[in-house]
Amino acid sequence: MSVREGRAWVYGGGIDTDLLAPGYAMKKSPEELARHTLEAVDPDFAAQVRPGDMLVAGEDLGIGSSREQAAISLKTLGVSAVIAASFARIFYRNCMNIGLPAMRFDPAGRIKTGDRLRFDLAAGRLDNLTTGEGWTVAALPPHLMAMIAEGGLMASLARRFNPEPQDAGHGAAPGSLT
Amino acid sequence: MAATLVEKILARAAGRDAVSPGDIVTIGVDLAMAHDSSGPRRWQARLEALGARLWDPDRVVIVSDHYVPAVDAESAAILKQTRAFARDYGVKHFYDMKGICHVILPENGHVIPGMVIAGGDSHTTNAGAFGAYAAGFGATDMTAIAATGETWTTVPDTIRVEITGTLSDGVTAKDVMLALCRDLGMGNHFKAVEYDGEAVRAMDMEARMVLANMAAELGAETGLIAPDDVTLAHIRAHGGTVGDDAPDRWRSDGDAVFARTFKLDGAALAPQAAAPHSPANSADVGDHDGARIDQAYIGACVGAKLSDLRMAAAVLKGRKIAPGVRLLVAPASARVTAAAAKDGTLETLIEAGAVMLPSGCGACAGLGAGLLAAGEVCISSTNRNFKGRMGHKDASVYLGSPYTVAASAIEGRVADPRPFLTGRRAAA
Ligand code: SF4
Repeated sequence: MSVREGRAWVYGGGIDTDLLAPGYAMKKSPEELARHTLEAVDPDFAAQVRPGDMLVAGEDLGIGSSREQAAISLKTLGVSAVIAASFARIFYRNCMNIGLPAMRFDPAGRIKTGDRLRFDLAAGRLDNLTTGEGWTVAALPPHLMAMIAEGGLMASLARRFNPEPQDAGHGAAPGSLT
Repeated sequence: MAATLVEKILARAAGRDAVSPGDIVTIGVDLAMAHDSSGPRRWQARLEALGARLWDPDRVVIVSDHYVPAVDAESAAILKQTRAFARDYGVKHFYDMKGICHVILPENGHVIPGMVIAGGDSHTTNAGAFGAYAAGFGATDMTAIAATGETWTTVPDTIRVEITGTLSDGVTAKDVMLALCRDLGMGNHFKAVEYDGEAVRAMDMEARMVLANMAAELGAETGLIAPDDVTLAHIRAHGGTVGDDAPDRWRSDGDAVFARTFKLDGAALAPQAAAPHSPANSADVGDHDGARIDQAYIGACVGAKLSDLRMAAAVLKGRKIAPGVRLLVAPASARVTAAAAKDGTLETLIEAGAVMLPSGCGACAGLGAGLLAAGEVCISSTNRNFKGRMGHKDASVYLGSPYTVAASAIEGRVADPRPFLTGRRAAA
């Protein structure tokens, strides 16, 4: 489950939270809000993105508001990972917390929109299947790795508040946030 | 071992003697804050699923500010849920339609030097003006904090920003921040910014809050200013309790290690305006070639406190806004409105042609009154001007200080406020 595969949607730097989750749509349901994702920069994105696809961006992805909907909308659309040269801190945490892996990687000159990507989180490996290039990428800190494996922060919290192993199959130990 | 202010706070909160940048630590939270958009409506179902209550209802502050007053049935439902949550979960500090969260906290003495404050809003950094570690978190992180009273962070490097000299007349903390967004950029992610220098020490707390608030625009995790007598006096005047030893305890050591020191010459700074669609698009106000405007907006946590309204009034006194331009004023809190009513500030604004709006986030977040149509141009005292934030995605927003917004309302274009201020002084 740590391997994700899909097409790349590549954008530049400064993709902010108002672009990801526009204020005028914030009162709508998660599904409706997700349809507005990135519409000011790419009206086709929300309609054409498919499960497994990855959002790839330049510097400062997710800069701006703390609104978690910016990350949730991507997940709702089926985006399987976000890759950017740099991330705004709150957005980065939000992605991890909902189980959407966020990886620092500068895509400039390496990934184009439509390229097929394969991302192996556990192995720390990103491959561009279209160009045949591949890269070793930085591993996540262990506590984030464990949280993603559990399915996100709510799953970790559920174990903390209800230590009875309801779904022991996942194998992660109950424990603190870190 | 020498430590920066943020390292001292995080070491205390982690129960350690010392921490270093890069350490991943679990920290206890002293105060958790959320508003109607980020709080109960996002927390409640999660807490119920966990079977969890608030870890300490006395240390949770809930503020209704984003959807106030309700403009439709959806926002009314959000506010209704917020009120019910505050009651059912025993939230001790619930401020319903009293003002914007970042202004409400210090207005009620909640912010004390050395605290860890976690807020469900990116401008939670505002509280760092009092020498606290104050950082924004998303809804799931905040749910975890509300339920457990703790979270994790990677101890950040500190960028020291020294603002030297004395700011000129008509130049404000807002202008400092717009210049810094350009010069330092908005990509200082996972870093702390500590402001210091003669110009900072000379600022009152309302101005210092502008620096800390807009640390969010620098991309920083938190923005801090070490406390001094000005800080202590402000806290005590607003009902907070703080020891005289706070300034000695909560400051960076003289030999602390900063990732970088950036100096800004405050004396040489002119009023700034940021062009659409980024706070980093700032330049001297005169460099914007007098772009015409449809709307001028004085609002938000960062730009509608009492001192901001007074700045606008200083420019507008005895003058009228340009025909065809609308000036909207949304004071940051009910207390600000009351004080501005009492001292004549509101009268000055209204006589100049301002339309008063409710206290709340309003147009700043694109949720309340004062939104823009496609093709319209606004100059605003708010903190960010991202595309689509204040109404239609094809609207344009300039950012400036309250002086600059007021001068622009008079001229009908982006204008330098200084002639209006010197003119007034000469006339007086
Ligand atoms: S006034 Fe604007 S910046 Fe401040 S909390 Fe409200 S929406 Fe955020």
